[in-house]
Amino acid sequence: MTDSKPTSGGVPVPVTPAGATSGAPAEFPPSSPAGRGMFGNQGTGDTSGFGGLVRPRQPIEDSPRPYGGYFDEVRDALEEAYPAFGEAIEHVVVDRDELTLHIRPERIAEVCQVMRDDPALRFELCSSVSGVDYLGADARRLHVVYQLTSMTYRRRVRLEVAVTAEDPHVPSVTSVYPTADWQEREAYDMFGVVFDGHPALTRILMPDDWEGHPQRKDYPLGGVPVEYKGAEIPPPDKRRSYQ
Amino acid sequence: MTTSNYATERETTEGRVFTVTGGDWDDVVSGVDPINEGRIVVNMGPQHPSTHGVLRLVLELEGETVREVRSVIGYLHTGIEKNLEYRNWVQGSTFVTRMDYLSPIFNETAYSLAVEKLLGITDDVTERANTIRVLMMELNRISSHLVWVATTGMELGAISIMLYGFREREYILEIFELITGLRMNHAYVRPGGVAQDVPDEAIVKIREFLKVMPKRLKEYEDLLSGQPIWLERTQNVAVLDVTGCLALGVTGPVLRSAGLAWDLRKTMPYCGYETYEFDVPTHADGDVWGRYLVRMAEIRESLKIIEQALDRLKPGPVMVADKKIAWPAQLAIGVDGMGNSLEHVAKIMGQSMESLIHHFKLVTEGFRVPPGQVYVGIESPRGELGVHAVSDGGTRPYRVHYREPSFVNLQALPAMAEGGLIADVIAGGASLDPVMGGCDR
Repeated sequence: MTDSKPTSGGVPVPVTPAGATSGAPAEFPPSSPAGRGMFGNQGTGDTSGFGGLVRPRQPIEDSPRPYGGYFDEVRDALEEAYPAFGEAIEHVVVDRDELTLHIRPERIAEVCQVMRDDPALRFELCSSVSGVDYLGADARRLHVVYQLTSMTYRRRVRLEVAVTAEDPHVPSVTSVYPTADWQEREAYDMFGVVFDGHPALTRILMPDDWEGHPQRKDYPLGGVPVEYKGAEIPPPDKRRSYQ
Repeated sequence: MTTSNYATERETTEGRVFTVTGGDWDDVVSGVDPINEGRIVVNMGPQHPSTHGVLRLVLELEGETVREVRSVIGYLHTGIEKNLEYRNWVQGSTFVTRMDYLSPIFNETAYSLAVEKLLGITDDVTERANTIRVLMMELNRISSHLVWVATTGMELGAISIMLYGFREREYILEIFELITGLRMNHAYVRPGGVAQDVPDEAIVKIREFLKVMPKRLKEYEDLLSGQPIWLERTQNVAVLDVTGCLALGVTGPVLRSAGLAWDLRKTMPYCGYETYEFDVPTHADGDVWGRYLVRMAEIRESLKIIEQALDRLKPGPVMVADKKIAWPAQLAIGVDGMGNSLEHVAKIMGQSMESLIHHFKLVTEGFRVPPGQVYVGIESPRGELGVHAVSDGGTRPYRVHYREPSFVNLQALPAMAEGGLIADVIAGGASLDPVMGGCDR
């Protein structure tokens, strides 16, 4: 996990910076120190003892019912309208007054269809599709998050699917929500999630010939040490700083 | 090292010289025989005065009729979302304000609301801070719409309106400078409140603006509304109905011009918008003309909201009381510009070691945000501006994603322009009001 650097790529694998950071090895990708230690410089220099801190990551757990608000209604309506509910829904989480349904990846397009068309649900608008990389916290590290909005009932719900980086296939929801077209392209561009059935899944923000997926947690920021007055300034994630 | 398509190289006495040329243009046109097939491919942008920044459109034309539009974006991608993950939560404001550079206050407010929701302090934000946020957002909405009417007028051949629109926008930027210290990229709205209080001179200036603006709006309408060229170029042009808008995710003035009164300030209120009295203007036709009318009406509604906000601006704190989150010092103007107030510096340097430690910890390390994820949507001048923020419990955002209305709305351009005339591509694209800084982030 900690050594997974981009093996090929538009950005070269950074060499150990000399000068400014007194040769800290900085071997760890940025997401790893987020869960470990305080300063990001593993192995040397830190005599405070804080470098040994480990921050546990919570697994996804179902919230107890009743959820409160409209969340119970949404769940019940989906359960009634969608026969494969028990199999397709992995978790139902209510946190900070928001409802998240964790869906099995292969079912996401079906669930979206029901969410859009069922008269008791009516989530007409897919507000946002984005990716999150939970490297090290979840074996299926790449998550795709869909924010649905019901204009009829003025409700919001979040759907979330998780896939592995080795088999990052998720059915495209563009046939249900055409607006997901560019947003899925962005998630593909930034995280490498492959949306099966998308009409033209190409890069959208990065150049067409770019290699690697920049928003993944094991993709370094910058990566090219900049020389200033003879000293090498390392990229931000290789500098000593609070995590 | 190079491919001949993109950059040819030659040796000179000064070293190797690369000539960078226009990408894949030769590939695009090589498949088309313009004389026999009757279709030509025209490349519009990425540097074109009518594309609102660096948007590139590849148009397939049959005579003057557009058969296919393909948008190419990403020329202004700066990796702001990735950069956010390497700075603490407060520093995020400074990044997000640079996304959609015509509505910086909205970017900041959406981000701040998301962080506050993650922290669970949404209700602790003071009334004055919320009122100032509303005030600033509505001023920003006006300035953004003014730029829209100015640039769209220019693109459709009405040059005068461009000068007037930018003149009034300049007035708002001066108000912003007075309040935040900067004309753009303010980083003024911060998690927990706003960076500093509104000075009294600014209130006077806003009052003056409220007096002047209705007359100026009348001037714009005198210039445009009855003008035959403007009417010809906008009416029944680039039509998109409600169904099309919803399928393509289009929100904001474009959706309202099609007849659906969907405004997040009314339907899912935030910052106390439910307590203000204003209307949501709509239009039935869903064409460029309707979008113009809706935006002009929205400026008037924003003036109403600003007036109400000024009236209810009562003295009080502009940051949450929790000292573990609030910035340790109020900012003040010194001889060398904006910075920590002199009293605060005197206190931490001369009197209180604890204050110094606290200041140092908050500024270098920042505060921790409990793990979880939230989505917050607000009504920006272009539509729903959403922030999906994820925290892993640390002092930095684990992931922040912006649902940018420019990005989403731009998908609708082919639906508006295909089958129409090439001149209407300009009108349709302009009516979406895309800002490429926000679109590409």
